[in-house]
Amino acid sequence: MPNMIARTLYDKLWDSHVVRSESDGTALLYIDRHLVHEVTSPQAFEGLKLAGRKPWRVGSIVATADHNTPTQHWERGIDDPTSRVQVDALDANMREHGAKAYFPFGDPRQGIVHVIGPENGATLPGMTVVCGDSHTSTHGAFACLAFGIGTSEVEHVLATQCLLTKQSKAMLVRVNGKLPFGCTAKDIALAIIGRIGTAGGTGCAIEYDGAAIRALSMEGRMTVCNMTIEAGARAGMVGVDDTTIDYLKGRPFAPTGEAWQRAVAHWRTLGSDPGAKFDRTVDIEAATIAPQVTWGTTPEMVTTIDGRVPDPDKEKDPILREGMERALVYMGLTPNTAMSDIRIDKVFIGSCTNSRIEDLRAAAAVVRGRRKADNVKVAMVVPGSGLVKAQAEKEGLDRVFTAAGFEWRQPGCSMCLAMNDDRLEPGERCASTSNRNFEGRQGTGGRTHLVSPAMAAAAGVAGHFVDVRRLA
Amino acid sequence: MKPFRALTSVVAPLDRANVDTDAIIPKQFLKSINRSGFGPNLFDAWRYLDAGKPGMDNAARPLNPDFVLNQPRYKGAEILLARRNFGCGSSREHAPWALLDCGFRAVIAPSFADIFFNNCYKNGMLPVVLSVQEVDRLFHEAAAFPGFRLTIDLERQIVATTDGATVFGFDVEPFRKHCLLNGLDDIALTLAHADAIRAFEAKRQVEQPWLF
Repeated sequence: MPNMIARTLYDKLWDSHVVRSESDGTALLYIDRHLVHEVTSPQAFEGLKLAGRKPWRVGSIVATADHNTPTQHWERGIDDPTSRVQVDALDANMREHGAKAYFPFGDPRQGIVHVIGPENGATLPGMTVVCGDSHTSTHGAFACLAFGIGTSEVEHVLATQCLLTKQSKAMLVRVNGKLPFGCTAKDIALAIIGRIGTAGGTGCAIEYDGAAIRALSMEGRMTVCNMTIEAGARAGMVGVDDTTIDYLKGRPFAPTGEAWQRAVAHWRTLGSDPGAKFDRTVDIEAATIAPQVTWGTTPEMVTTIDGRVPDPDKEKDPILREGMERALVYMGLTPNTAMSDIRIDKVFIGSCTNSRIEDLRAAAAVVRGRRKADNVKVAMVVPGSGLVKAQAEKEGLDRVFTAAGFEWRQPGCSMCLAMNDDRLEPGERCASTSNRNFEGRQGTGGRTHLVSPAMAAAAGVAGHFVDVRRLA
Repeated sequence: MKPFRALTSVVAPLDRANVDTDAIIPKQFLKSINRSGFGPNLFDAWRYLDAGKPGMDNAARPLNPDFVLNQPRYKGAEILLARRNFGCGSSREHAPWALLDCGFRAVIAPSFADIFFNNCYKNGMLPVVLSVQEVDRLFHEAAAFPGFRLTIDLERQIVATTDGATVFGFDVEPFRKHCLLNGLDDIALTLAHADAIRAFEAKRQVEQPWLF
């Protein structure tokens, strides 16, 4: 009797989606929600057409254009012809096949795919959610099994509504106690990666729990789940509680009436059973977390704002040492420099990690009544969606930013990956709320330091990294 | 999909850990709506001395002589040797497409990022996991012997030097092996179970109608 065994949330989500299994454990897993964007879908639709196939269930698709779209001068459309080709291809594919919802470029509800899914209630507990984007792990905040897939798998899901995959290991990351003042979900995420490393979760699905996770809003939980892939795990998740249910109530695609009652009763079962066995458990005391800043070219190269750039000479592992040396050359940093002495050229507040209303409120609270430092060339605030932007404007946050000399932009992925015109020039240093500090990620030769929205805003007004706890 | 059975080739060693998908194919080259043509921009920021932009004549660009893949001794390599956590970062399949387009059919490393690992199989490319020590030894041999070649035999699940003096076994999931050896189309395999999918879906729609 499987019901008698204490199961993890991951087991429950997995078991409830297996259509059939091969003898080696490879399963055909049913997919409830398929999120689609313009960069990883054109080749999949093309493949479908070449094989003479049709999408299995277009009602599972929620689509938007986000990676390539400009964040200013929308009246001009998309200037870059190569970007336009991808956005036009998505338009054409949506026209031909249809979707549950499509928010094209310029639509008031357009935005980053990982922001619009949850805010429209298109991400619901108990779902399997996939997208041709590694940050699909974000949706696990709603007790979903959500993970990124490649384009061949996008085509596979379009054609069959299923994926061929194997069950991962289950890992529990418990963040105990209360998060200190000035620290956020982003600091939790970076502290976890600093602890377990960028491959620490490889082959695992991570469940987050503990008092500090439970105390987070849905926005905060999405930030933590979003960064799961940076720890090497494809899926991150948090069990359902009142915070989850309160967030979903009244969202456009959330159930209503009697269906809502039935759904809530089911969703309440979506957490790990007491005594459920995990393959690995990591405990972190929230009280030990301080505001984080990355110094290198992978998210595990991270320290606290009161820390210093590490010295590779003290690293014994030759591969790690060489990686550190290479990272410091790329980042233009000297060992033992205090993090708070590092001056910046640009600020980017946005991305699927940190572009939700709570993130913008946190940044605005720091910026209010202050001014961008003169050495900061551009401080850009890019809301995650049209709805986030409208809400922020209703609260007057846009005016707080613009009064301080920060730029208020249109929604999109923007300088997180610099596929549009927002990018770093070679050698420029950026305080960024995004998720990846890889070489060239924000522009060829650009230097990225990952931080929380409050820390990015603080760096913008100080001109260098600064402890946001002392600014307040 | 092109089947993968066995391969003997020169080995190109890329001695870096955490090689991410942005490094494999930088994002300015992802704006194509095709699966091919990414090869000339594989490892673009490391391979060329200038800043790469779409539409450039790559043949006319200055090569970085220090970058390992630009060295003549590794020309024509179909096997890439790499360090831990190869292919981390995004889910973009452009990464294996770029490697394939450049002629690589297999990557050997001590570990891979999950999504990249999976994407390789979907494109007839074999990711081979060997131990840290085994990979280390292959790096030494590739550096020491110009023209160093390996044979990767998927049927027998071995990596061997051409003289047969060194043989390392590797694991591969039986289902993935079967698909790769036979070049099977996943979608056609899955659609053979269309009735099971339909039945599952119908039941789900009754039990949790709000998901539809």
